[in-house]
Amino acid sequence: MFQITRSAPVADVVIIGSGAGGGTVTKVLADLGVSVTLLEAGPMLHPETDFKEHKWPYDYPHRGSGEGGASYFGRGRDFGWFSAHAGGWHLEGEPYTVAEGSKFQWFRSRIVGGRTNHYGRISLRYADYDLKPYSRDGVGTDWPISYEDIAPYYDKAESFIGITGSKEGIRSAPDGVFQPCPPPRVHEVLIKKAADKLGIPCIPNRLAVITKPTNGRAACHYCGECGRGCVSASNYSSSQVQVFPAMKTGRVNLITNAMARELITDSEGRVTAVSYIDKVTRTEKQVKCRTVVLAASCCESTRLLLNSRAPRHANGLANSSGAVGRYLTDNTGFSLGASLPALRGMPRHDSDGMGGAHLYIPWWLWDKKTDFPRGYHIELSGGYSMPGIGSYTGVANRVEGYGDSLKKAIYDEYGSRVSFAGRGEMIPNPDTYCEIDNNVVDKYGIPVLKFHFKWTDAELKQVEHMEKTFTDLIETMGGTVTRSSRPTDQKISIGGEIIHEVGSIRMGNDPKTSALNKYCQSHDVKNVFVADAAPFVSNPDKNPTLTICALAWRTAEYLAEEMRKGNV
Amino acid sequence: MSETTRRDALGAIAAMALAGPLEIASAQHVHQAVAADAKTAGVYRPKALNTHEFATLKSLCEIIVPGASKGSAAEFIDLLSSQNPEMSAIYTGGLAWLDRAMTREYSADFLTSKPEERTAMLDKLAYRKNETPDLAAGIKFFGWVRRMTVDAYYTSAAGIKEVGFKGNGAHAEFKVPQEAIDYAVKRSGL
Repeated sequence: MFQITRSAPVADVVIIGSGAGGGTVTKVLADLGVSVTLLEAGPMLHPETDFKEHKWPYDYPHRGSGEGGASYFGRGRDFGWFSAHAGGWHLEGEPYTVAEGSKFQWFRSRIVGGRTNHYGRISLRYADYDLKPYSRDGVGTDWPISYEDIAPYYDKAESFIGITGSKEGIRSAPDGVFQPCPPPRVHEVLIKKAADKLGIPCIPNRLAVITKPTNGRAACHYCGECGRGCVSASNYSSSQVQVFPAMKTGRVNLITNAMARELITDSEGRVTAVSYIDKVTRTEKQVKCRTVVLAASCCESTRLLLNSRAPRHANGLANSSGAVGRYLTDNTGFSLGASLPALRGMPRHDSDGMGGAHLYIPWWLWDKKTDFPRGYHIELSGGYSMPGIGSYTGVANRVEGYGDSLKKAIYDEYGSRVSFAGRGEMIPNPDTYCEIDNNVVDKYGIPVLKFHFKWTDAELKQVEHMEKTFTDLIETMGGTVTRSSRPTDQKISIGGEIIHEVGSIRMGNDPKTSALNKYCQSHDVKNVFVADAAPFVSNPDKNPTLTICALAWRTAEYLAEEMRKGNV
Repeated sequence: MSETTRRDALGAIAAMALAGPLEIASAQHVHQAVAADAKTAGVYRPKALNTHEFATLKSLCEIIVPGASKGSAAEFIDLLSSQNPEMSAIYTGGLAWLDRAMTREYSADFLTSKPEERTAMLDKLAYRKNETPDLAAGIKFFGWVRRMTVDAYYTSAAGIKEVGFKGNGAHAEFKVPQEAIDYAVKRSGL
């Protein structure tokens, strides 16, 4: 049995989760003079010792394959040994289940900063039309807010975090507050030329990396490995950029290893405390609060509401609409690459740059007719990346043999590959949702999530369009594409794989069809707010993190004002 | 790069860069720390394989990737095998298969056979066109050795240098050499 310990003081705000949303709320509230208690399910982050920045594979006897060569048996660290994620697709003792006939993967990072320590840092604003999808094409649902509502918060988030980019005046990719983007690498120069030829825009990338010293953070030093974490905080992670600085105000009470279990309500249905498991002692504890902000990640926040059941809200807290768990989406994903003869034999040079592409392709057919709704953007990769375990397995298998001919093939192909990855909009559908699996609990006794997921024709047709576009781009650059004969539903990413899950506690003006109002405040329970991607009404063709930060900023300011007025 | 030198270097980068554009001196600092770290340790004693197996593996690795010993390929494989019974079985079993196949064909095990006999055997295992059902286990084993030898070599300081990786540095500015752009653009016809 868990021992229940009640701590007497009442926190003004308890924030659950320290990722992009929770980090932003923590920073904004602390700056506004509000004291917060921040619960994080994982341990403290120590960048200097945790991050593997500038490490070489030979710094480890296993070279990055993991103890006992785990990666050779499919048991290696997700995203490789060097990634800063402190999590993975599967966490020991913390399962999730997937309904029969569905495929879904859920990436979780239990650490201060959550998934922002390792994420891709692509930072794209939603377009005006992205927020009004139903009005535009009759599919999905409009957001209760418009671009004008969120734009000032994009400005704030971008100015504070630091985003590279350039003013382009493209409607699908609204301009923002940008720092200079470093010049394109050689393969990116070729891609831009090919895109120009095909009438596709290819513009400086928008990455959460600073190229000028910003708010006490050093400018990028171009080692190309943002995913390992950055000791100088030259890229955005909520841990280093928001949580740690906010802690210096003295207004942040960070509780690590605190796995939120349930929101406790009083007889009027208001939340009075958050019950959590202290993972270190495996005891249940409660922190009393005036308000609570859920920022545990889209699905984890959903799980918490659904697990907060009481007689007056048997379907979970803040869920009189039944919307909690529904309208879940991920972005679509599809990749294609090839070796370009033009790049073979090129004079070797350092192509590291920022940890991500220096150019990207925004959706360019937003005003044209296509055989699928919505669109996708294209992410580029290539260059001379640091050799690692498996770097040359592909070329070695293609050429067969051994000896000097094998070494020559590896040498010749190194740095000659380019690859395109599409990330597109998925339309919410009734077959895609999550719910509590009453048959399974995690090692803390908390019932787990069960996922249902289905792509529809809308997404499959989009992926076919991606494949054709990527093929055109590669062929225009003189590369050869071997098209896979697999059906499209086997080429598209698995649900959750792109780690852009959004929507399962959506906002809206109608309490009957949405869980949150336009400030991401629960319709039912006024002292419950959500500040991750769960409130999103749609999942546009843009990576969600920047919008999480902008919306969380807006929610935090609203919450502070409501507290000041005595409304919550 | 040892933990302390790496942290010193990173600290220097952060301190310098905070003041303004990064000085090349601090970038050099990283490179020196890295170079100092690249020195290798003493003689390796096999942990999973016996002396004969280890010597055979070493020779095999060197044929597959000339220079593999500079990347400590056999040591890498043996060390991981000592931590992983599944991998250990692949190597002890595979090496025994190879010796038996060599003895059957040439009346000598891999190490004592003639160089041309070794390559004749490896050719059978390395190319799909030479594939026969009785070679299946050997082909599978060869795949393992080849994959892990390539990994070991190209993740070593020697292999990284040979393949021409120039990154993992620290720079005040990111520049792309014009000659590289010209080379690729010209060849692409774009």
